Amino acid sequence: MELYLAFKIVWWLLLGVLLIALAVMVGMDMGVGTLLRFVGRTDLERRVVLNTIGPHWDGNQVWFVLGGGAIFAAFPLIYATAFSGLYIVMLVLLWTMIVRPLSFEYRSKLPSTRWRNLWDWALVVSGLVPMVIYGAAIGNMLRGVPFHFSWNLTSYYTGSFLGLLNPFAVMCGLLSLALSIYMGGVMLAGRTEDVLHRRATQAAKWAVMVALVLFTIGGAWVSVMDGYRLISGPAAGAAQSPLHQVVSLSAGAWWDNYRAVPVLWLVPALGYVGMLLGLSAIRAGRTTLAWWSGALAWVGVISTAGVSLFPFLMPSSTDPSQSLTIWNSISSLRTLIWMTGFAAVFVPTIVAYTSWSFYVMRGKVNAQQVEADTHAY
Amino acid sequence: MINNTVVELSRLQFAATALYHFLFVPLTLGLSVMLATMETVYFITGRKIYRDITQFWGKLFLINFALGVATGLTMEFEFGTNWSFYSGFVGDIFGAPLAIEGLMAFFLEATFIGLMTFGWQRLSRGTHLLVTFLVALGSNLSALWILVANGFMQDPQGAAFNPVTMRMELTSFGALIFSPDAQTKFVHTSIAGYVTAAIFVSGISAFYMLRGRHMELARRSFRMAALFGVLATAGVITLGDALGFVGGHAQPSKLAAMEGMWKTEPAPAPFNLAAWPVQSEQRNAWKLQIPYVLTPLLTHSLDAILPGVDTIEADAVKRIRSGIPAVQALRVLSAHPDDAAALAQFEHHKDDLGFGFLVQRYAAQQDVSNATEADIVRASKDTIPNVFAMFWSFRLMVACGLLMLAYFVVAVIFSLRGDIHRQRWFLKLAPWMIPIPFIACEMGWVTAEVGRQPWTVFGILPTWMSASSHSVAYMVFSLVGFVLLYSIFIVIEMFLMIKFIRKGPEPHVTGAQYPIDGPTLPRPGAPGRGLVDGLSVSASASSME
Repeated sequence: MELYLAFKIVWWLLLGVLLIALAVMVGMDMGVGTLLRFVGRTDLERRVVLNTIGPHWDGNQVWFVLGGGAIFAAFPLIYATAFSGLYIVMLVLLWTMIVRPLSFEYRSKLPSTRWRNLWDWALVVSGLVPMVIYGAAIGNMLRGVPFHFSWNLTSYYTGSFLGLLNPFAVMCGLLSLALSIYMGGVMLAGRTEDVLHRRATQAAKWAVMVALVLFTIGGAWVSVMDGYRLISGPAAGAAQSPLHQVVSLSAGAWWDNYRAVPVLWLVPALGYVGMLLGLSAIRAGRTTLAWWSGALAWVGVISTAGVSLFPFLMPSSTDPSQSLTIWNSISSLRTLIWMTGFAAVFVPTIVAYTSWSFYVMRGKVNAQQVEADTHAY
Repeated sequence: MINNTVVELSRLQFAATALYHFLFVPLTLGLSVMLATMETVYFITGRKIYRDITQFWGKLFLINFALGVATGLTMEFEFGTNWSFYSGFVGDIFGAPLAIEGLMAFFLEATFIGLMTFGWQRLSRGTHLLVTFLVALGSNLSALWILVANGFMQDPQGAAFNPVTMRMELTSFGALIFSPDAQTKFVHTSIAGYVTAAIFVSGISAFYMLRGRHMELARRSFRMAALFGVLATAGVITLGDALGFVGGHAQPSKLAAMEGMWKTEPAPAPFNLAAWPVQSEQRNAWKLQIPYVLTPLLTHSLDAILPGVDTIEADAVKRIRSGIPAVQALRVLSAHPDDAAALAQFEHHKDDLGFGFLVQRYAAQQDVSNATEADIVRASKDTIPNVFAMFWSFRLMVACGLLMLAYFVVAVIFSLRGDIHRQRWFLKLAPWMIPIPFIACEMGWVTAEVGRQPWTVFGILPTWMSASSHSVAYMVFSLVGFVLLYSIFIVIEMFLMIKFIRKGPEPHVTGAQYPIDGPTLPRPGAPGRGLVDGLSVSASASSME
């Protein structure tokens, strides 16, 4: 039982690692997509922009795919309930994400301006929309989602599509978009020259300032909004379903964990440090430092939400006592142990070869290279 | 309450998205291995023609790959969006291979495909070859893990129901991954991908030879594809036979439907070469039989009894009766997890829980306590998949397989004789073969997944319970959306593919550009020629294992 509890906590942390890696790596590419038409004003400029992430977007996107797979494996009830409950949102997310691989691969295959403009706009939309949805999804977890279960754990979603676009969730979505634009801007500033470099730097500066403001408003908002509190239920380390617990709703409950363990304030502080450091780094033109600061900001922002929610993952606003927590939505011990083994071997391997791939493709991308390389996008 | 229209629409959507996805996957699987083979020849011989061959097919590979990635995104999330109950019920087992697929295979494939495309100038020849091999390894590993996951749906091994968490949980990871169905189907499916790629490459090469274009590239590519294809097709057929053998034990209902066996017949049973199955009357309106052949074909013995539809339904009735108390006990346990009487009742009947769920669909208020005799009989009839669809999709797949085998045998003969470019009738035929492996793959999917019905997890969880509780309007919206979007994509993909095939390799790739290699293509048997051919053969043979 204690072992199970330990593995539950480990997988909650790994879920965080996954969501952060997804936000950092996919978010960066999405930011580049969002900025495509702002940073690149001519066709050649846009090709330069695309080729900075050309060799990497596909590998990075796997963090998103792995996000789906790992949540399925480790938190099957979250996978089942969240993705079906947020159906229309998921469709919009998928439909916009689906366009991306084609846009990268097909855009420069034909010379027609209309053809290329079409794919460019597809890249902008497929960069912007998924990041807003990503943030809004996390925002909706803090708000609670209108779902409940029948006796055999069939889940029913009782809300509407528009209900998911409530002001708080939209604000979280914009925060996520701002951070992704920052990361994309920093990436472009580091890998391009002259006018592209200047535009990207400019975008990154503005984006991180917006993110600072939104993160602050979000924190204040969370302090007063209704939060969920686990009153009683099976022991955290026991196998359980979400049918046997009592959960209450009260304003400000999302700050409980911070009040109880004040050292946790360091988590949102990390978010601020990342953003402020990022702002000064990009101003100083130190793009590598700015990139890592942005990654740190993501760590802070996502962990802040995670700590607030703990031990909840997806509270139910319809029937709070059927809320999904770490304890009741996680996989069995055996599955967690196997998954931990695979993650322990493969995550470091992935980090190693991804780093190598960035190392091989290092250096600035410019128009001459793009025009000379028949394999370029 | 579950709405049957929603379930049917969910099935339709899954079938549509999976079948679209599966148009691109086999070619990716096979072409990645062929690219690795081609590049190996380049690495060893150092002849530039092989680099150009690799790069040309690599370009077509990427056009196809983009759509495989795009449509694959949907698959990773569709269990959650549309099969919510399924996901919660078996996610503890089924999710793991999907996650491992991401960790072990997708990252490998996607990261190195970037380097494979962009790294020609930056990597040494050896390193680039390694990168290409890693792409091929990644795509084949992804096939392994997705078929481990699918193997669990076909023949659930290594799992047991836990009444506390109200779901299936993993009991043996080894049993899950070494499930005979999963392993056999992995080899069958990945080699089917090699066949697809071989037909694709040979068909396009034939098109060039017919026009007298890019002869150097076309003849070499054709020979590789022919050798690759003949081995792979033989492999697919062998493994398909093994799959029938394995599947017969795990899923007698699938087998009965595939063969149109309405009655259990004394061994050795006759084989229906062709028939017109009528499900409502449980008979074949007409049939063309070969006596005694079916039993040895499927069981590799003469005296094994193959259960027909009648036996399978009778068996189902018994299990449904036993499943009803299992569902009743579970309902008590849901509210009172410690109820000892309910627990004892559940333990006694738990193996038939799925059959209890099967009749729940027809019982009044979907409460098994209200199930009547008529409901039980109706549910037992559900255990037989659509016989007509099964019978003919299977036969279509096999016919395509045999046709391709014949094609490759002829192709190899012409190619090794060295007069393929003079066999104009064959060169004209070859491009028309390109759709055949795609039809075979799609029919294979239909045989495997329609044959699994009425279950999502065979014998454990019925399809009707597995779907998400969406409204009909949502389902219509998403189904129409997916079909529209994917159809647009496929039109664009075909357009680009055909355009780039017509365009051919980069302009500098013509025979005249390779004076060092010798201006004429050496004939088989000529000195110095055996090395290259020998290499390409052994490389394709080793990737086959």
